[in-house]
Amino acid sequence: MPKTTPLNALHRASGARMVDFGGWDMPVHYGSQVEEHHAVRRDAGMFDVSHMRIVDIEGAGAGAFLRTALANDVARLTQPGKALYSCLLNESAGVVDDLIAYYFRADWYRLVVNAATAAKDLAWLGKLRADSGAAVLIAPRDDLAMIAVQGPNARERVFAAFPHLLAPGRDLKAFTAAVESEWMIARTGYTGEDGFELAMPTALVQDAWKALAAAGVRPAGLGARDTLRLEAGMNLYGQDMDEGTSPLDAGLAWTVDLRQPRDFVGRQALESRGQSSEFFGLLLLDAGGVLRAHQKVATSRGEGEITSGTFSPTLGKSIALARMPRGVAVGDTVQVFVRDKQLAARVVKAPFVRHGKILVE
Amino acid sequence: MKLPQELRYTESHEWVRREGDGTVSVGITDHAQEQLGDIVFVETPQAGRKVARGESIGVVESVKAASDIYAPVAGEVVAGNAELGTSPEKVNEDAFGAWMFRIRPANPADVDALMDATAYEKSAS
Repeated sequence: MPKTTPLNALHRASGARMVDFGGWDMPVHYGSQVEEHHAVRRDAGMFDVSHMRIVDIEGAGAGAFLRTALANDVARLTQPGKALYSCLLNESAGVVDDLIAYYFRADWYRLVVNAATAAKDLAWLGKLRADSGAAVLIAPRDDLAMIAVQGPNARERVFAAFPHLLAPGRDLKAFTAAVESEWMIARTGYTGEDGFELAMPTALVQDAWKALAAAGVRPAGLGARDTLRLEAGMNLYGQDMDEGTSPLDAGLAWTVDLRQPRDFVGRQALESRGQSSEFFGLLLLDAGGVLRAHQKVATSRGEGEITSGTFSPTLGKSIALARMPRGVAVGDTVQVFVRDKQLAARVVKAPFVRHGKILVE
Repeated sequence: MKLPQELRYTESHEWVRREGDGTVSVGITDHAQEQLGDIVFVETPQAGRKVARGESIGVVESVKAASDIYAPVAGEVVAGNAELGTSPEKVNEDAFGAWMFRIRPANPADVDALMDATAYEKSAS
């Protein structure tokens, strides 16, 4: 039996098409994936992200523990509420998971990790704690549910639905969170639009979903979440990178902090392996199909592969993220094998779309 | 399930309509378009192509997946619906109106051997 979030019955009652996503029974769309996508780009949409796992790291050694565990450096987080995107690496510099780390107090950090990898992450963090002897509490917060509200009008809709979030949320900067009684309001997301991710006790999430719907926020499923994140040039764990991929080969060098002589897990392998691939966006130039994961890419430097591909509702064209040989550069034209055809695509720098604006030509 | 009674159906979710001139039109069922979601690309076969029953002769791609379209009977393709190349969303809007290609069956009795609406409804549910 797949796991369900506390919003499962509401999704089914609104006619959602449900799919198994990493062992969770989740809505893929509520009628039209494309219309849900446009709602987020142009107005406001909401996603049930309660399958994602919140893990609190508590104790005096929390910061030091995470400076060892994460490839990005939580020492950069000096303002309470500030967030950081990071990879969790294994010893060979493969990506165990990608996550967001929030800093609230010197003895309290919060991680938000992927659903399908949550159990593996907890085991890995537990092992690192045992190896290091760090005196920290690793607390999975199964008592919290999460809704992501995204879009140009998302913030005002959230305040209309939840007046108690206006005070903590009004002046929140991007990639920053605040805690208000049992809620967390974070100005983060996975769509390339403004908005909030709201965590709250599971007992409150059904009423919260209804209040947001009443405020004019459109429910959106995992289908739209995928096209939105791809347009925003954001990686999906398990597709664009995994335990066999270094972050340097997945376009995530910017999340690896090597400035300090900090000994984090995977650093040695990362520095000795170096970068072996380019990771860029592709924009399909020819008609004849849709770019998809695992399609081969012929470049002047050799063969590459698409890791994520879809049809972009905002561009009206197919787009992809692809891992290609070193030396492939933005502006190159490559050939993608789509069924029995070779279709031309241009190498571009992601994101494709951000804050409603198209950034590639 | 929305199923015109006068049509024939395949297990791979094509519908088949007799056109009265010895040819049949073929599209995908409303159930199929609903499963696929928003359709963004349709490729139809060229007129003149000889096809075998069950041969993959077209493609429908939605935002989330690609799906082959199969010849329901052996015969010769007499037309592909080029309009779907520029307006693939018509398949979502009216699956039983959005024909993809027309075939002149090699053996007209092959059409009668396909499933009727009742049998298709059972096979698809």
